[in-house]
Amino acid sequence: MEPFDPAELPELLKLYYRRLFPYAQYYRWLNYGGVVKNYFQHREFSFTLKDDIYIRYQSFNNQSDLEKEMQKMNPYKIDIGAVYSHRPNQHNTVKLGAFQAQEKELVFDIDMTDYDDVRRCCSSADICSKCWTLMTMAIRIIDRALKEDFGFKHRLWVYSGRRGVHCWVCDESVRKLSSAVRSGIVEYLSLVKGGQDVKKKVHLSENVHPFVRKSISIIKKYFEGYALVGQDILENKESWDKILALVPENILSQDHFYVSLQYNEKGDHFNFQKHHSSLQRWEYLKKAASQCPSNIKNEKCGPWLEWEIMLQYCFPRLDINVSKGINHLLKSPFSVHPKTGRISVPIDLQKVDQFDPFAVPTISSICHELDAIFTSEAEKEENQAESDIKHRTRDYKKTSLAPYVKVFEQFLENLDKSRKGELLKKSDLQKDF
Amino acid sequence: MEFSGVKRRKPWLIGDQRKASYPHSLQFYLQPPSENISLIEFENLAIDRLKLLKSVENLGVSYVKGTELYQSKLEAEIRRLKFSYRESLEDEYEPRRKDHISHFILRLAYCQSEDLRRWFIQQEMDLLRFRFSILPKDKIQSFLQDSHLHFEAISEEEKNLREQEIIASSTSLGGPKLELEYVYKIPFADALDLFRGRKVYLENGFAYVPLKDIVAIILNEFRAKLSKALALTARSLPAVQSDERLQPLLNHLSHSYIGQDYSIQGNAGKISLDQIDSLSTKSFPPCMRQLHKALRENHHLRHGGRMQYGLFLKGIGLTLEQALQFWKQEFIKGKMDPDKFDKGYSYNIRHSFGKEGKRTDYTPFSCLKIILTNPPSQGDYHGCPFRHSDPELLKQKLQSYKITPGGISQILDLVKGTHYQVACQKYFEMTHNKISQCGQMVFKEPNEKDALAPSGNVKRHIAAAQSQRSGMRPTLPITAQCRVVTTAFSASCLLKQYSRLSSSVQG
Repeated sequence: MEPFDPAELPELLKLYYRRLFPYAQYYRWLNYGGVVKNYFQHREFSFTLKDDIYIRYQSFNNQSDLEKEMQKMNPYKIDIGAVYSHRPNQHNTVKLGAFQAQEKELVFDIDMTDYDDVRRCCSSADICSKCWTLMTMAIRIIDRALKEDFGFKHRLWVYSGRRGVHCWVCDESVRKLSSAVRSGIVEYLSLVKGGQDVKKKVHLSENVHPFVRKSISIIKKYFEGYALVGQDILENKESWDKILALVPENILSQDHFYVSLQYNEKGDHFNFQKHHSSLQRWEYLKKAASQCPSNIKNEKCGPWLEWEIMLQYCFPRLDINVSKGINHLLKSPFSVHPKTGRISVPIDLQKVDQFDPFAVPTISSICHELDAIFTSEAEKEENQAESDIKHRTRDYKKTSLAPYVKVFEQFLENLDKSRKGELLKKSDLQKDF
Repeated sequence: MEFSGVKRRKPWLIGDQRKASYPHSLQFYLQPPSENISLIEFENLAIDRLKLLKSVENLGVSYVKGTELYQSKLEAEIRRLKFSYRESLEDEYEPRRKDHISHFILRLAYCQSEDLRRWFIQQEMDLLRFRFSILPKDKIQSFLQDSHLHFEAISEEEKNLREQEIIASSTSLGGPKLELEYVYKIPFADALDLFRGRKVYLENGFAYVPLKDIVAIILNEFRAKLSKALALTARSLPAVQSDERLQPLLNHLSHSYIGQDYSIQGNAGKISLDQIDSLSTKSFPPCMRQLHKALRENHHLRHGGRMQYGLFLKGIGLTLEQALQFWKQEFIKGKMDPDKFDKGYSYNIRHSFGKEGKRTDYTPFSCLKIILTNPPSQGDYHGCPFRHSDPELLKQKLQSYKITPGGISQILDLVKGTHYQVACQKYFEMTHNKISQCGQMVFKEPNEKDALAPSGNVKRHIAAAQSQRSGMRPTLPITAQCRVVTTAFSASCLLKQYSRLSSSVQG
């Protein structure tokens, strides 16, 4: 892959917005079938231009208007906001208080930085193949809940371009949800609570809600590979002390706990070290944690502690502020990440385990690919302008961007189907034939 | 609704028609009544409902809501005032009609301010909650349907399919048996308070809500609808108020909801400073008693204590001059320089009497305010002893106040259940040897506790007399009937007063 140099962005973006950005599909998405008048025209976009110039309340009349503006301004970053009561680019002409955000997709932002306390391989903005599994688990857990518990049908998962993923829930009824309900949904999906000063972030009650139970079964599929092997969370004293810190005092202080753990805390770690792999230590820990202490009343005996540890290390961490505000702006799919050059591409849910963030095309690589094709084809074409137009509609298809646009198109197909179904239902009710 | 000056014959509907207009013992008051009634009936209905709502309020503070005692007392009240409550009784037409019309009349009176609306909504919700709780399970479905609430109970098979999930999600379910419970399927967004805390099972966008939890949802719906309706009513109120026949009644109704108003100056000048020490042990509520004791012992009180106690003293009748003298005398004993007092403390005292700054004549703190805000820290003596004291210390204090061990354990139980005001009332009963009648004694402010709160005020007498004429007992028979302290000074006279008070309350 072509190395990405941020200094080249202006040139690369020019080419990207002229030849590669999938405007037709993008417009098809945000127009939502044109069922509601001015839905696209009242949508807010924000652009971040070169030198960090940030402009809000951008709005466009139609697809070609959008294209022209983006090509003219060459934004480094594009954010999508809410659908307002009036055209956002005219919001200053509206009577005070009348300009209101009315609808928006329900969005989620999962950021790897929020897991710094439980991943040993990277920190901050860095990611690697070892910790990416956290995102895989997050997608699986959240998507299952959105689909099976809440009944949401149109969910678009997008790679953010650097260290996380976004989810856009686009069902018609969901776009109308109030801020309170959005907050409620995030609350429902939250299990890991507490900041830096809180050691133990997950507490399960005796009654385990089906959502929690199902999330744990998903984590179980990945736990060994991710946590015990990849992250090696019981590798040495430093790392396993962190886990033991999650064991409540009244269980930890029991003699038999250490006996089951085969762990001698008095400086002689002989027994625990006897078993070299995290896998084996985990087995001992599970057994020790689930035993019923005879002299402690009301302590639940069973897998709760084991689950709490697994959840603290693997369960998704959501940023509630991103999801609850109807007017919150979120990075647009197919936007470019200015630091990594990666395109924010849709993730194929059927192949989520295979998704590799390091295989996602960068803007330099796809521009390079395009150049290569263009030079070879231009040798055959005389008329530059003609080939420009002819190529624009198929250009992205010739680059590594193609499969991701396909995923996007599948998503759009589903939206269309749903819409048609709804219209049919409505016309049936009205006996319109 | 039209009103005629002439008393009309009530419309006489034949059996079935009557039942059809009010199919249930309770309702959501979605449709306003449309018949004609006389002015006298209008007034009576309104007053009866006001009595009912006040009882609801009183019982709610005196007893824990939902307990058998609460339920039976509330049912007795409803029956006494001839309102509807039970589904199964035969000719319920009159009580239901009364319930319907009176609710809408009170909306007129209680839509005018935020405070009034809040009070009205709270009592109506408590009333609805009670009536719903005694509705037989098989009647619930038809009631919900008739009220246009889209909650359908799911079939047995659907329940069985999801039995494990529902049991695992809903903490309100008792044992592991789901067969006997009704479960309702509602769109998840309608069950926000349940699903946000993962207290309900969600599947495909629907929440599967057991009956116990449905009540909370229904009440929320009711509150939202009523709140909206009151706002609308307020807007159309000017038209109603222009009818001269209604205006005085509506005003009287809305003013009588507030308990005794301790902001009126009328109290002033009825207490002398040398009485305070004995009053503090005999009549003050524990919060003020402890503040007074601390003041006497330390010759000082911190700001929180000065506010809480100072306003209380104003409420029981201390004038500004008396207050200044009282505080100054005490602070000087603590070796404070008189000039320093004048400079630092007298301004604040005058401010609380409304003589400085924005000149608000501050009212004494209500119990809720004392319980919920500004908790005391080390070196503070304000707050509510039932709320803020360590139970062990509280127990010792009560023992030193010579409360019986039985009374102490009752009080401590109430404190454990966070029923602080009820605990305070128990304390009052213990120290004054009285049994409360149907929750008629309710303390919403410590001043009500001060049994010797003077009532020499003419306005209050009139209010008390009026309310007695309309059959409504004043919330605090004590304050309405006790005489002013200035006429009796010796301890024996005070004792006689107490026995007179006891008998009046029993009656």
